[in-house]
Amino acid sequence: MTELFERIGFLQQGPFSVPRWEALFANMDLLWDGVLVTLLVASLGLVLALALGTVIGVMSASHSKVLRGLARAYVEFYQNTPLLIQVFMIFNALPILFTGMFIPVIVIGILGVGMYHGAYIAEVVRAGIQSIGRGQLEAALSQGFSYVGAMRHIIIPQAMRVVLPPLTNQAVSLIKNTSVLAVIAGGDLMYAGDAFAGRYGHYGPTYVVVGLLYFVMCFPLARLARKLELRAKEA
Amino acid sequence: MDALLNSPVMEMLSDPVLYIGLGNGLLLTLEVAAISIVLSSLFGTVIGAMRYSGFPVVSHIAATYIEVIRNLPQILLILVSYFVLGLPGKWAAVIGLTIYTTAIIAEVIRGGLNSVPVGQWEAARSQGFSFLQSMWYIVLPPAVVKMIPPIVSQFVTVIKDSSFAMVIGAGELMFKGQILAGKYWRPSQIITIYVIISLTYFAINFAISTVARRLQKKLSAGRGSIGN
Repeated sequence: MTELFERIGFLQQGPFSVPRWEALFANMDLLWDGVLVTLLVASLGLVLALALGTVIGVMSASHSKVLRGLARAYVEFYQNTPLLIQVFMIFNALPILFTGMFIPVIVIGILGVGMYHGAYIAEVVRAGIQSIGRGQLEAALSQGFSYVGAMRHIIIPQAMRVVLPPLTNQAVSLIKNTSVLAVIAGGDLMYAGDAFAGRYGHYGPTYVVVGLLYFVMCFPLARLARKLELRAKEA
Repeated sequence: MDALLNSPVMEMLSDPVLYIGLGNGLLLTLEVAAISIVLSSLFGTVIGAMRYSGFPVVSHIAATYIEVIRNLPQILLILVSYFVLGLPGKWAAVIGLTIYTTAIIAEVIRGGLNSVPVGQWEAARSQGFSFLQSMWYIVLPPAVVKMIPPIVSQFVTVIKDSSFAMVIGAGELMFKGQILAGKYWRPSQIITIYVIISLTYFAINFAISTVARRLQKKLSAGRGSIGN
């Protein structure tokens, strides 16, 4: 069997040769560390994005012109500039704002993806709020519901159906976009993979496995989004 | 006033190298984005149509392509094009962006076509319209109106994501900015460079989004709610 392998050239040489795969599998712990960092940045980034997105989304659906203007400015700025430059801005501005403090790269990543996707989530929240007629709230209040009760039992359940599919898609994009950390040596999966691949030139196998790992993290969420979309359409 | 004029930022801003560098970077950004947009619109239409067709093998190939690619990060695809496919910087960026954007556009096209109820097809065919005529006169008009906003926002994404080509040193706007930040390394100078770059991207993308919004309003005016 080994003899057979030795005779087949591309298994011994070239970008996808067997030794390259072996080297990668011997160093998988590097990639697993990267996966952990990616999951950490993605989950905390998502929390930040949801918080920012809800506040800004509610602002842009409000009656105050000033609040709406501020929300618009935030959304337009973040949606129309690259995430990469936002991350570089944070990377360079934070040390000026907090002189002498050590800021882990992970924090920059969380702020970067959180603020970027916050703008997209704000648009989702705004659309969700606007999808429910004003009459519904008034009707609920006139039936003796408190404001909180009306929100909880009448408005939010309906808004959720509109909001959940695009929110889930945002979570998928956010996970993928944490890969921007690779550019500032953030220790995430893309960085770990690229660093390992670059050191020995094992690009082929490394990128295949890195891609597979991202796929495994994103695909279930993407499927969930599709399912929620179909359910929202039926309702 | 003198202090302001002699500040490091002013010194940088009066250096023509800054504008030549960023200008060249911007040209490459626009070139890479434009080629990627054209290519992925073509391939995306083909793969979207394959997916919509429902033919057993063809539709499955398209679905697999879409599902795999859109769950991968854009940076990874650019790196693969550069290091594994061995393309030169500019073309690695173009191909990396095209592979990804094709999947997104295909999905938008399928979604747009699917949004037109089957009844419309049947009605058109029963009135003696051929397949192509039904497509052109009945199905495409409302479908295209639905496709425009997501496709344009994807074009904006292509322009933004072309900045990832920095990692392979393709020499686009973001990369040129990094090089200039090496020469003008003071924090105030670096931040100024990034502000200029941000505003450049913003101006281009905001203009595109605004035009698209107007276009969509114009197209959907008087269309009523049929098929929407």
